[in-house]
Parts: sequence; C-alpha cells; structure tokens
Amino acid sequence: MTTKAVDRYVAAYQRFAANGASGAPTWLQELRAAGIARFREVGFPTVKDERWRFTNVDRIAQTEFGAPPADGETGDVPLFEDLVFGDPKTRIVATFVNGRFAADLSSLSGLPEGVLVGGLAGALAEHGDLVRSYLSRHADTAGNPFTALNAAFIQDGAFVYVPTDVDLAQPVQLVFVTTAADAPSVSHPRNLVIVGRGSRMSLVETYFGIAGSIYWTNAVTEVVVGENAVVDAYRVQRESELAFHTATSVSYQERNSVFSVNVFAFGSALSRHDLTAVLDGEGAEATLNGLTLLAGRQHVDHHTTIDHAKPHCNSWEMFNGIFDERARGVFTGRIIVRPGAQKTDSKQTNNNLLLSKDARADSQPQLEIYADDVRCTHGATLGPIDPKQMFYIRSRGLTEQQARSLLTYGFGVEILNAVAIDELRDRLDGIIHGRLENGA
Amino acid sequence: MLQITNLHASVEGTEILRGVDLSVNAGEVHAIMGPNGSGKSTLALVIAGHPSFTVTQGSVTFEGVDLLELLPEERARMGVFMAFQYPVEIRGITNAYFLRAAVNTLRKARGLEEYDTIDFLDVLEEKLKVIGWSESFLSRPVNEGFSGGEKKRNEILQMAVLEPKLAVLDETDSGLDIDAVRLVAEAVNSLRSPERATVIVTHYQRILNYLTPDYVHVLYDGRIVKSGGKELALELEEKGYDWLREEVVAG
Ligand SMILES: Nc1ncnc2c1ncn2[C@@H]1O[C@H](COP(=O)(O)OP(=O)(O)OP(=O)(O)O)[C@@H](O)[C@H]1O
Ligand SMILES: [Mg+2]
Repeated sequence: MTTKAVDRYVAAYQRFAANGASGAPTWLQELRAAGIARFREVGFPTVKDERWRFTNVDRIAQTEFGAPPADGETGDVPLFEDLVFGDPKTRIVATFVNGRFAADLSSLSGLPEGVLVGGLAGALAEHGDLVRSYLSRHADTAGNPFTALNAAFIQDGAFVYVPTDVDLAQPVQLVFVTTAADAPSVSHPRNLVIVGRGSRMSLVETYFGIAGSIYWTNAVTEVVVGENAVVDAYRVQRESELAFHTATSVSYQERNSVFSVNVFAFGSALSRHDLTAVLDGEGAEATLNGLTLLAGRQHVDHHTTIDHAKPHCNSWEMFNGIFDERARGVFTGRIIVRPGAQKTDSKQTNNNLLLSKDARADSQPQLEIYADDVRCTHGATLGPIDPKQMFYIRSRGLTEQQARSLLTYGFGVEILNAVAIDELRDRLDGIIHGRLENGA
Repeated sequence: MLQITNLHASVEGTEILRGVDLSVNAGEVHAIMGPNGSGKSTLALVIAGHPSFTVTQGSVTFEGVDLLELLPEERARMGVFMAFQYPVEIRGITNAYFLRAAVNTLRKARGLEEYDTIDFLDVLEEKLKVIGWSESFLSRPVNEGFSGGEKKRNEILQMAVLEPKLAVLDETDSGLDIDAVRLVAEAVNSLRSPERATVIVTHYQRILNYLTPDYVHVLYDGRIVKSGGKELALELEEKGYDWLREEVVAG
C-alpha cells in the first residue's frame, strides 16, 4: 500500500526530471536523484520506527497529492496583510505561492548592498556556485524520508544571503501561501539562509493556507550562521486545519554565534517538524522555543535535536503545548553532547496543558552525553488545569471560563515573551487570544 | 455584614468545622487565633467558596445575601476577598496583567468604567507605595519564584487594589519580616472605614499591636470556643491554648 504511494512520487519525480528540471546543473540533478533514491529506499515512515512512534503519516501516504497549480490565484488569499507586518514601503518580504517565488507579492526594494533575498530558482540561475556550496550540506537526507523527498523536488523556495558584518535592521519575512485548488496538491519549498560572519538578522517564516483546503507542505529550511553572527528566527505555522505539514529546519552555527528560533504551531491537521540545531564552534549559543496551540483532532509533533559538537556552547529549549478537545502533541527533545564538548550547558523544558480529557501529549527527552564536564537539565510537565490555580483566580472575581483562558494564556505568554519583534508579538498575541476565545 | 451561624463543613467526609458562630459588623476588625489544624483556613476557604469543602449545616450571609449559594467569583464581586495562607503561582501571567484583569471584572460588576493600561499603572503605583514595594514585582509572573514573604505581600497588594468590603486574611503576617508586618498592618488600616471589615487569622500578637482588633476569637477543634477583646490575644500569647482545652472539656 505504501509502495504504491512511494511509486506515485517516483513517477512524479521522473516527470519532473524529464521536464522542467532537466535544464538544471548536473550537481543539482544528482542531488535530486539521490533524494528520490533515498525516499524510494525508505518510503514513508511508520510508527514502528522509534522516531515516528507517536505520529502516523498514513493519511499523507494515502492521499493523492498532485502538483499545485502553476499560477495560484493569489486573490484567494483574503488577508495577505494579516501574514506580514511593518511599513509596506520598507519591509522585506518574499512571498511564495504554492512553493514558487512570487515577485509581484514581494517587497524587496529596501535591501542593503550585498544582501540577497528572493527565490531559490532565481538564485540557482544567478548565484549557482554560492547555492551549490551550501545547499543540502546540513539537512541530512539520510535522516528523514520527507527531507529526502524534498531534495528530490528541489526547485524553488527562499534564498537569503547576508554577507559579512551586516546589521539588517528589518526582519526578513518569508511567506508561504498555498492557494485553493480543485484537488489536493503538494509543494516542497526549499529554503536556504546564509548569514555571514559578524552579521545580525531576524527571519520570520510563515506558512499559511486557506481554511478548508486540503494540501501538503513539505518544507526544508537550512540556516547557516557564521562566526559571531546573531540570527533571531521565528516560524509561524498557520496551515489550513485540513492540511498536512512536514518540515525540517536545520541551523548550523559557527564559533561564538547566537541562534534562536521560536516556533508557533497553530494550524494543520497533522504536522511533523524536525528542528535540528548544530553548535559546531566554541562559544555558540542556541535557543529553541516552541508554542503549540491545538484543538479538534489536530496533531503536531516537534522532533528537536540540539547537537553540541564543540565545547563551551549553551543551549536553552522550552516548548509549551496547549491541547484542547481531541488534539494531540508530541515533543521529542534530543540533546547530543559529543565527545570533547566539555563545559556544555543545556537546559530543556516541555510543558503540556491538557484542556480536555481526550487531549493527549507525549514528551520524550533523549539525552546522549559523551562528555563528563557538562550540565544538562531537562524537565517536563503534563496535566490539566490545576484546580488550586483555578480557585485562586476565581476568588479574585474572574469566572471559571476567564480563569481557564488566563491560565492557558499564561502557557502561551511564556513563549510569546521571547519574541523580540513587537509587531510580530502583537500579531501572535492576537492569534492566541482569538483561539482562546473560541475555546482553545 | 458577615453572619455565620452554626456552620458545619467537611472535606472528604471528615467534619472540620463543627458549629461556628461569628458575626462581623461593618467597621470592625476581628482576629481569629487557634492551634494548628483547628479549622481557621477551612473557615476562610468556606467563606471564599472553595469547592473542596461541603457545608453540611448552618449558614453564611454577607450583607443579607446567602453566600453559600454563590460561586467564588460572585462572592468576590460582592466585595469578599481572601488573602491565602498559601498563595498560588500563575505561570506566564504578570502581576500587573492579573491585577488589571481582576480589578476590571470587579469594576464591571459594580457598573464602573474599566481601567485601561495607562490609568491602571497610576493606580498601581500608588498602591505599591502603601506596601513599600518596587515596580519590578509588577512585571513578574504572579507569585512565581516569589519568596514566602513576597507572596504574602502580594496578597496585600491585591487586597489594596481590589478594595474589598470584607477582607479575610489567612496568616498574612506569617513569614514576614518585622518591617513588612508593619506595612501589611498599615495597608489593612488604610482600608479601614465604617463600610469595611477585616477578619485576620493569625498566630502572633505582633500584627495585632498595629491593628488593634475589636474582637479576638479562638477557634478550637472546629468551633469558636472563646471570644474577647484584644487582651485575649495577650493572654493566649502568655498561656498558650492548653488551658482552653480544659475549659472546653469542662464547659
Ligand atoms: N483536603 C483535605 N483533606 C483532608 N483533611 C483536610 C483537608 N484540608 C484540611 N484538612 C484538615 O482539616 C483540619 C483543619 O485544617 P485547616 O487548614 O483549616 O487548619 P488551620 O487552623 O488553618 O491550621 P494552621 O494554623 O496550621 O494553618 C486539619 O486537620 C487538616 O489536616
Ligand atoms: Mg491555616
């Protein structure tokens, strides 16, 4: 059954390779071929695989996803302004419709000298060598079948290049929109962000689809953070409640760099996000935060890995999840401390709030420590709203419903407070309040 | 104002309050003392409407209204406030946010205009002065990581902001340093008016020196076994509670 599903993608790849993709440079054709070969070999993951124990992707395998419409009707996106922020004249926005860069919906006139933001397809044509030296270096196709599948279909996505010693004041906003289509479609956005030595930037990725539409986004984002660079990243997943979302995000850090990412998962029927942070230079710091807010039958799985490859690196990780109705969350927090990575300091917390007796959350810390002079702590909480807190708040005059939303909001705010961009924080705050008012 | 008659309350089938009678008039300050486990917190929690306790007999009325029929939030909206012996932490929610949410629900219930963020900051600044606190406590999550004494002070800040008609303070003076006891007492005194009343549960004479209660009651084994003026507190401090056991048994 899944063989048939795999065959469908192999056939799609063959059409793609013979068609639009045939003009690509050899190295890229090889990369794609390796991707499909790997996917064909491993197929869709099953719950028998330890890493997929809690997330069953049969529904993705069984749905027949076609290619998305080439020219998506962006008029279908009613609230485009709701997906971006900042002054329309100066903001930096690259928009992708059904996985393809849409220059007319982008705003890139204010880019400083030497900074590149746009589509990967364009970058392949204009800066082929630059792309080649970074693409797929860090997102490991051997690890995750969906990453391999994405590699097979590399065509477009975001390309961001910040040379050395640039302080980019405006956040770079990448907006991925899936438009309505007659039949379910899949897109494989492939994003590459290269931040040079000593540069600073913020990055905001937003994934959005029209409510009620069925589609699949299979994204990969690689971020390379050069020595002394500071990258503040955000990822807002607001896919349609019927959509599927699989994604791999890898950040690779050099000496004394600082990388933080805050992920917000609100949408999709089923989502699996693998986030990996590799600290490969002394003195690097990584922060991974996440907030999941789900209801209905939504399922979101965050599979995180922090790889302390060098000594004297710090990492902080805090994922909070709020699950109502029959929603389900999965969190895996893998911390690897490589041999010799002494003086590693790592802290992980995962807090899950279950708002209904049918909601469920699974939390698995995985510490693999091969050095002795390190400090690694982890903790997880799981449970319904504490009746003591409930009574305390009600005794101050708030109703049961208000107390419940206040306590729930408190879970979200812990992560929200880490958002350094005021406009983005207000936007997210509005989304969270909206969800809580509608009963989670 | 508060009328408690023959109140019996139990938790998980165990009777804790076994016939409490207490009458508090507007303008008065009452102190309740008594040994550990005698039911003082239970009494406070029953007044506030804690759902774990079942009232099996008796009545509690506030300004003529049957309190036992009301939800905890309805009691708060009528002007009943309880300072918890063990205040609860609320993750993520700052003191300022929580206080504003609370004061605005109460104001709304009283038909007053709600405070916006700016107006409210002015109100808060004034109240902070009363309890001698820095603004840094406003931006911290409610009670999270607060020391024992700071949690108690935070209860008083809430009381000062919410301006209840009836404040029931459960051992708010325990765990406070000497200066803080005085500040708490001043905060209580600053709310004192002919329309308001305070019931304070305490183990110590010290706070009563500042508050000068009109009545002191001893709660013993679920009943008020003795009431008197402020000199009763001094007597208890001197003699402990054992002599009362004899009186109770004899009586
Ligand atoms: N949930 C409960 N389950 C069982 N027993 C309880 C429960 N809550 C309170 N009790 C018991 O009720 C009795 C009265 O408790 P309460 O907290 O009212 O005492 P207190 O007078 O406030 O004591 P303290 O001076 O130590 O604060 C105690 O024996 C206590 O163990
Ligand atoms: Mg007590």
